Amino acid sequence: MLLEVRDLQVEFKTRDGIAKAVNGVTYSVAAGETLAVLGESGSGKSVTAQAVMGILDMPPGRITGGEIVFQGQDLLKLKEDERRKIRGSGMAMIFQDALSSLNPVLSVGAQLGEMYSVHRGMSRADAKAKAVELMDRVRIPAAKERVGQYPHQFSGGMRQRIMIAMAMALEPALIIADEPTTALDVTVQAQVMDLLAELQREMNMGLILITHDLGVVADVADRIAVMYAGRIVEEAPVHEIYKAPAHPYTRGLLDSIPRLDQKGQELYAIKGLPPNLMHIPSGCAFHPRCPMAQDVCRTDVPPLANVSEGRRSACHFWKECLNG
Amino acid sequence: MAEAILEVRDLVKHYPLTQGILFKKQVGAVKAVDGVSFDLVAGETLGIVGESGCGKSTVAKMLVNLERPTAGQIKYKGTDITKMSGKALRSVRRNIQMVFQDPYTSLNPRMTVGDIIGEPYEIHPEVAPKGDRRRKVQELLDVVGLNPEYINRYPHQFSGGQRQRIGIARGLALQPEIIVADEPVSALDVSVQAQVVNLLERLQNEFSLSYVFIAHDLSIVRHISDRVGVMYLGRIVEIGRDAEIYDHPTHPYTQALLSAVPVPDPSAREHRERIILSGDVPSPANIPSGCRFRTRCWKAQERCTLEVPELAVPAVFQLLEGPAHHPSACHFAEEKRVVPSE
Repeated sequence: MLLEVRDLQVEFKTRDGIAKAVNGVTYSVAAGETLAVLGESGSGKSVTAQAVMGILDMPPGRITGGEIVFQGQDLLKLKEDERRKIRGSGMAMIFQDALSSLNPVLSVGAQLGEMYSVHRGMSRADAKAKAVELMDRVRIPAAKERVGQYPHQFSGGMRQRIMIAMAMALEPALIIADEPTTALDVTVQAQVMDLLAELQREMNMGLILITHDLGVVADVADRIAVMYAGRIVEEAPVHEIYKAPAHPYTRGLLDSIPRLDQKGQELYAIKGLPPNLMHIPSGCAFHPRCPMAQDVCRTDVPPLANVSEGRRSACHFWKECLNG
Repeated sequence: MAEAILEVRDLVKHYPLTQGILFKKQVGAVKAVDGVSFDLVAGETLGIVGESGCGKSTVAKMLVNLERPTAGQIKYKGTDITKMSGKALRSVRRNIQMVFQDPYTSLNPRMTVGDIIGEPYEIHPEVAPKGDRRRKVQELLDVVGLNPEYINRYPHQFSGGQRQRIGIARGLALQPEIIVADEPVSALDVSVQAQVVNLLERLQNEFSLSYVFIAHDLSIVRHISDRVGVMYLGRIVEIGRDAEIYDHPTHPYTQALLSAVPVPDPSAREHRERIILSGDVPSPANIPSGCRFRTRCWKAQERCTLEVPELAVPAVFQLLEGPAHHPSACHFAEEKRVVPSE
């Protein structure tokens, strides 16, 4: 396994109390595999990724438990300067909003070249040549002419390509992409996702794709982990989960999206609201919104049970759910 | 076809680009909307889709008179509202209301929910006499599915979906006939989106509203719309009933747009044909000659640089009955099914 997250717990200290953002997340990614982490805002999907990358703001954040094992070593036991070496060369991250993630006062060439001058100690001229090569690789037209331009001179799709180029620069073993195409238009989104998938195949990288878009997941992922209130509620190979979800929350999500290929009647809507992380409901966090909830759901936290090979569900009634 | 409640004809909005400080001279224009025409029939939902920068939000703003068009007409029940002012404009505005995209910035954080929803009555006191307003606001809260006792709360005490319900209640306050909704659900989580979409559909039946529903999410637009117009760079390139557009598109841009939408079905991955467009949308300050889509179109020929294609039923389909018979602004229109059917 390339990356194994075991029982990770993260909380944030806020003015109103302690928000439990991640409550025991376990997942793993192999080389060449795409794991989609699906969830709504506040589900803890981004916080988990930030903890893996080691870019969590601490304080107010705090990792209270768990392990993050990357290529055999527990990252949480490493010193900051050791982790910094892994960031960029071992694993890299692509953020949602390229405009605010790039430095507006440095040319894109300088920012791309920095990867090589800092990590590899290259000279400025060599780093610049490498930057042009990278821009070519992510298919930015006229890379040689544009290497000196600034982020605002590029379109949204091109900026996201630059972000991808930067993440790929040192050929890391793992890429974490946090909503990489959410800010882009559909036609551009398709271009960017294709590019990302192609580069991943070429370099046999592990990819964690964080998203809320069930369509994007269906297009690119091998496996999918669904998060709710800081926990994984279901994990499965992508084909199986769309055919027959084993958790009522996943089922609700799948039923609530309108389809391009059919005009339905009324949409199914999951009742209620996502939970407040300061006051996560007792037992199964989803029980106040769940159509299948029974007494046991209010009292006992459901364990992540094995449904079948490579498939887990955290529902007391996953059998009933699976059978519809 | 039933009578049109709103007729939009050749609507144009150009924002001038100027140079110089003291003696400003116009050096060009951002052609945000560049000749848009459509009808809205009473009781129907017209969806308008397009990517960012295509001018769909500018159209919305002109429909509710937040922006004055550079040229063209918007006729509400036969009278052109673009040249109205004062009292006449105010009475028309009562009937065309707007729901905004972002429920976080479109509600004043210092006003209570009651004041926000009741504010339209300050401008149109004839709808609700002063003593009656609180009750009216509570009714509206109930209609959109919020607890009427929340009337004294502030926007920050609500979640995104609840805030959007407040925005909808404000839009309904004056009992309008038309609601222009600009990306009303795109800021919401998936599970909450469905609640708000269902609410909008229920309200439409209950109050016989007509909707202009603007969004970039093609799946939601199909779900809610009776007819759909596809915009590209300031113009409608194709318009028709939902099945005509989604199952029988004839404009290459519509086909590319539809084929790019991820379908939540992993088994569609293998046998789905995707049209990946090259390049980006050109700047609306510098629109290509002829057909504005030709710079990204795989079918473009010389004729496309010379001749602007009109939005009409293409000649090849004119004698044909059937779903391909709908307006499409392409010289080389042909039917191509891109959305896999069940």
